[in-house]
Amino acid sequence: MNLTLHVWRQAGPTAEGKLVKYEAHDVEPEMSFLEMLDVVNERLIESGDEPIVFDHDCREGICGACGVMINGVAHGPEIGTATCQLHMRSFRDGDVVYVEPWRSRGFPVVRDLMVDRSALDRIIASGGYVSVRTGGTPDGNDIPVPKVDADMSMDAAACIGCGACVAACPNGSASLFTAAKISHLGLLPQGQAERDGRALSMVARMDEEQFGHCTFFGECQEACPKEISIDTIVRMNRDFLRASLKRGSHAGDAGAD
Amino acid sequence: MELRSQVPEGPLEKKWDQHLFDMKLVNPANKRKYNVIVVGSGLAGASAAATMSELGYNVKCFCYQDSPRRAHSIAAQGGINAAKNYQNDGDSVYRLFYDTVKGGDFRSREANVYRLAQISVNIIDQCVAQGVPFAREYGGLLANRSFGGAQVSRTFYARGQTGQQLLLGAYQALEKEIAVGSVRMYPRTEMLDLVVVDGRARGIVVRDLRTGAISSHLADAVVLATGGYGNVFYLSTNARGCNTTAIWRAHKRGAAFANPCFTQIHPTCIPVSGDYQSKLTLMSESLRNDGRVWVPRKAGDNRPPNQIPKEDRDYYLERKYPSFGNLSPRDISSRAAKQVCDEGRGVGPGGRGVYLDFHDAIQRLGEDKIRERYGNLFEMYERITDENPYKVPMRIYPASHYTMGGLWVDYNLMSTIPGCFVLGEANYSDHGANRLGASALMQGLADGYFVIPSTISNYLASNKLDAVTDDADAVRSTVQDVEERTRRLLSINGTRTPASLHRELGHIMWEYCGMGRTAEGLQTALTLIPKLREEFWQNLRVPGSGEQLNQTLEHAGRLADFLELGELMCVDALHREESCGGHFREEYQTPDGEALRNDDDFAYVAAWEYVGENVPPVLHKEPLTFESVQLSQRSYK
Repeated sequence: MNLTLHVWRQAGPTAEGKLVKYEAHDVEPEMSFLEMLDVVNERLIESGDEPIVFDHDCREGICGACGVMINGVAHGPEIGTATCQLHMRSFRDGDVVYVEPWRSRGFPVVRDLMVDRSALDRIIASGGYVSVRTGGTPDGNDIPVPKVDADMSMDAAACIGCGACVAACPNGSASLFTAAKISHLGLLPQGQAERDGRALSMVARMDEEQFGHCTFFGECQEACPKEISIDTIVRMNRDFLRASLKRGSHAGDAGAD
Repeated sequence: MELRSQVPEGPLEKKWDQHLFDMKLVNPANKRKYNVIVVGSGLAGASAAATMSELGYNVKCFCYQDSPRRAHSIAAQGGINAAKNYQNDGDSVYRLFYDTVKGGDFRSREANVYRLAQISVNIIDQCVAQGVPFAREYGGLLANRSFGGAQVSRTFYARGQTGQQLLLGAYQALEKEIAVGSVRMYPRTEMLDLVVVDGRARGIVVRDLRTGAISSHLADAVVLATGGYGNVFYLSTNARGCNTTAIWRAHKRGAAFANPCFTQIHPTCIPVSGDYQSKLTLMSESLRNDGRVWVPRKAGDNRPPNQIPKEDRDYYLERKYPSFGNLSPRDISSRAAKQVCDEGRGVGPGGRGVYLDFHDAIQRLGEDKIRERYGNLFEMYERITDENPYKVPMRIYPASHYTMGGLWVDYNLMSTIPGCFVLGEANYSDHGANRLGASALMQGLADGYFVIPSTISNYLASNKLDAVTDDADAVRSTVQDVEERTRRLLSINGTRTPASLHRELGHIMWEYCGMGRTAEGLQTALTLIPKLREEFWQNLRVPGSGEQLNQTLEHAGRLADFLELGELMCVDALHREESCGGHFREEYQTPDGEALRNDDDFAYVAAWEYVGENVPPVLHKEPLTFESVQLSQRSYK
């Protein structure tokens, strides 16, 4: 089949970008969306043009590197699917497809479809861990975890950090990403010691990184390739509120934690 | 070049403990005076960087991805082995050690493997404490499953995403250290050369992938944890960016490359569907716990699988290897799949596939149970193939997955360049000629959390290192080499894209240095690869400049190194006139088609020294002596 693409091209972080039209010929339904872009890029290189830049790596939906807006939808039309796992059988001959980078104040464009998501790393660095050093830990079976809790924790821990939740959110909020980590650790006995501080500092960091607030549109969970539920955001809000009350301070002081 | 294994004296079980006591320490106040570079942020790199930072060293960590969390360890699915014996099924440190040595077809170093088995139990404890959400039993304790090459259940897992969860544990530990400022992280930064000053590794030269800026970083020791070289086959289960550049550059600066021909072809991957294909996707070995592998008994039987009655099916693994059945090790299962396809009994387009059938397990356990165990893998399969594996058997075929070969290291994980340490898949040390399932995660974390933090201290405490600055001759000339090479790649201005040349290399490697190898085929490859390399340097096209983000340039640089490594792999495969593990020389097989080892002549590690362009590499041998394990023909019957 043949498709018409309109792809966002932007030479660098400060350059002006624009949509450029490309014809994608002989697209096979078994191709992934990125393989279709590979074919377009091969032709661009052969004709002496610079190929379209996009992030990608594992191409099996787990590393979280890839992700573009496809006709305005983060990761495209299939539910629970990262861009690399989206196959061209989801499209029809003659389709016109708009391909753009994640758009958010927290994710500046690096080049073309590639954005800077380092803010997500900084949110994790602000408290998304259990502070244990290597060595001296108790036997694995000394910390029993009810299966239901372990399963719920794993549901949240499945986040791949792709940033689709931010891109899909009308507020540009990173709440689903942050809440997934707070839920993953908060549901486990190992995460209890730092549960309050974690919620306060991660939420504060999210604000500092220019992400918007959550107003429960729910677009994030629709876009999430791992189908992480906004229940995690409820959990985050509860942890944040509880921690704030315990500290006898209001949320605005959280950054001082 | 001399290979000194540095294996401590004494009985096998006491070597590591004794060594820990004998090694020199750096006192806590002095540790902050030392700088250590870690290249790679996968399980080995992230765990090493975090742990060395906790100890007090100043650490710089580099990765080519935009975040350390994306290293390819993330894609490991099935699990991690540990000799906990939680199942009370007869497991022990010794059994894990024995299974691993045997699984590796007796081509690994006993002392390293024993240490790995010992440390395995600490890894689980560490990961649980970090909050890794391992699978649990209803009583709240840790669950296990079985993996290939073992008759006990010792594999810990987090659904089909164990690598992801272990990596996130290590990544979070790393971020914790980044937050306190004792690790400085350099994402989107690729190592392009190793700086060697007075015979010691003292730094690296990198390219900032965003700006194209080339710069040097200096340190007291360099740790390479940059993964394997499976992408030499172009199509593999590796991430697209996985490459050999860091270890190949180190090799060209003096690090011996060990057993490059020991590559693992994983039996259960989704078959190739077309020429545009950019990678192959693994279906976890854990599926073989419940899936049964079969092909039609007769060649040319084109009936749909559910219309082929039991008596017309050949469950060939169960037939040939009744003791281990569908859980036979990877090398054996892959070869068996190739064999039945070569006989014309393969299924699916092109006849390169076998069935992995869950029908019996679904009958026995119900669809819900199977969904709970493998749900995400089944979804992934359906997304790629558009077939529902709950209803139709999966179609699978072997694909390049892991490389047992890598830079030669001693017991301290140091290469033949003093101060250059190599961890995880990038070294050759623990898996011999074949790696067992769920052992890569174990090795990466053992090396990073528990081995390197001690052995690097010993190195730093035992050697007086002079200060080195950026204007030292060795540093400047290495930077110039990288700049010159980058210019050269950009100036060819031919007609071929890196991808088209890489695909061609992949075809050569898969055809002649893949699952079955012959002297004749390897000779052919050894004439084709240099020709292709010449084509590369004369007809490559890389648009754009070096002073910008340029993904074509990145690919071209990595391919240039694969084009050299591929040749060394064939040289190594040709010289090893025996079959062992993943290295199957068709001339050397038993009457029933199994690998025929030659312990008299080849019980050694082949460590190749680079001595110059267009000069044959020099072979050094580290003899393998087995004190604890009896050498025998591997049998899984």
